[in-house]
Amino acid sequence: MRNVAIHATRLALMGLARLVTGVSPRWQGCGPSGEQRIYFANHASHGDFVLIRTVLPPKLRAATRPVAGADYWRRGAMRRFVGNDVFNAVLIERSETTAARDVLAPIKTVLGEGASLIIFPEGTRNQTDAPLLPFKSGIYHIARAFPSIPLVPVWIENIGRVMPKGELLPVPLLCSVTFGAPTRLQDGERRPAFLKRCEAALMATAPGAEAGHGV
Amino acid sequence: MGFEHDAIRLFAGAFAVLVVASLAGAVLQRRTGGGDGSATVANLVARINAWWVMIGVLALAFLAGEIGVLVVFAFASFMALREFMTVTPTRRSDHIALFASFFVILPAQYYLIATSWYGLYSIFIPVYAFLSLPVLAALRGDVSRYMERVAEVQWGLMTTVYCLSHVPALATLDIPGYQGRELLLVAFLIIVVQGSDVLQYVWGKLLGRHKVAPRLSPSKTWEGFVGGVASATALGAAIAWITPFSLLQAAGIALVIAICGFFGGLVMSAIKRDRGVKDWGQMIEGHGGMLDRTDSLVFAAPIFFHMTRYWFTV
Repeated sequence: MRNVAIHATRLALMGLARLVTGVSPRWQGCGPSGEQRIYFANHASHGDFVLIRTVLPPKLRAATRPVAGADYWRRGAMRRFVGNDVFNAVLIERSETTAARDVLAPIKTVLGEGASLIIFPEGTRNQTDAPLLPFKSGIYHIARAFPSIPLVPVWIENIGRVMPKGELLPVPLLCSVTFGAPTRLQDGERRPAFLKRCEAALMATAPGAEAGHGV
Repeated sequence: MGFEHDAIRLFAGAFAVLVVASLAGAVLQRRTGGGDGSATVANLVARINAWWVMIGVLALAFLAGEIGVLVVFAFASFMALREFMTVTPTRRSDHIALFASFFVILPAQYYLIATSWYGLYSIFIPVYAFLSLPVLAALRGDVSRYMERVAEVQWGLMTTVYCLSHVPALATLDIPGYQGRELLLVAFLIIVVQGSDVLQYVWGKLLGRHKVAPRLSPSKTWEGFVGGVASATALGAAIAWITPFSLLQAAGIALVIAICGFFGGLVMSAIKRDRGVKDWGQMIEGHGGMLDRTDSLVFAAPIFFHMTRYWFTV
């Protein structure tokens, strides 16, 4: 019974995402693949990981888990159900006081098990006019612990305009999810340089970036 | 002749043309077979396949009558507006105005047409929507690019909803001696304008040398324009029997709306280039988005509507 509810909710949310956003994948720098990957994406809405999951081929979906903030997704039965059961999220504590290694422990466990991850290195939803917030260092620590897993930049276009924070009603603008060229932590690469390089790789994945147009 | 009889003849003719086009596509595909020009041929075949679907949908709409055509164009407006707003750089403070455009103004416009209320549907968007949307945007207190944002949302509504809604509005016209056949005006408009697009493409591919506006559209050539518009004029004259027009009137009207359709494509191309996109969307395989297919109708529909209303209704 519970399984039915989980499946039905998952299908309903993905169907709704498709209906409202007409989301389409653009495999630009790599193709869909069963290899273990860390997808890192811009974050404008709670719909972000729903969109990524929707555009992944069905057989990759179960093995690709989103990383989300525990403070948000553990609050209330509904959020716990959607975060935990429906989307199988890896929940992490986002508090400033916890040491980095403890924060990332659940992520390392899951990566050790061979799953792929979806992470949002900005750390929070971007509500500003800037296309991207500066990355937190989490992505660097993950890349250092698992240097062989490719990091795939994923640009999610428009979802922040479909339903901005604080709005109740969605506007059915078309969204796209672009997968860029995989990257890795280079030998001896320092944290600030790596974070800058990842930010640039994600910006370069945005539609129109190649033509020099703003987003 | 009755409406059903004429409509059946028209669609039978359209499907016959598609059969010939698909056969020609198959022959071309065999000849190029992965070599030079095979991408062009693959695109041609995709376009023809999409035409099967589009003409199939129109046939079903005609079967359902005026309401069927109205629903199909309301959907087309919705998809076109969606494509337009997707590439328009609105801000968070436009959210309510956008929501109202999709879910209040668009349905209201088509509802007014369903009730044949010409006095209101002809001014609803240019007066009431255009006055209230800037208010919604102003109430949010965000002045950044205010004038630009308001104008862009309005122009999107004007083209994708107001102009396109004049296609089903043709069925509300009261033409003496033509009662019960008004939907054939919709057929005439679509056949001439979309036929003109196809014929411009064909003439352009065969003879195209001199580009009309190379920065806007690499595929629009003077040869394609002249050949396409001339043959669309002939096509309009050839189907004068479905209209209340005489042979000469049908040819003249076809000439005007084919030229309008060309300008529609040109203007919408300019907007696409300004936004840095090649196509409006990808819902119609080979063609691009809904707005790529309907850009010519957007400009031709209101002009055709007014010519017909001014000269042929009581």
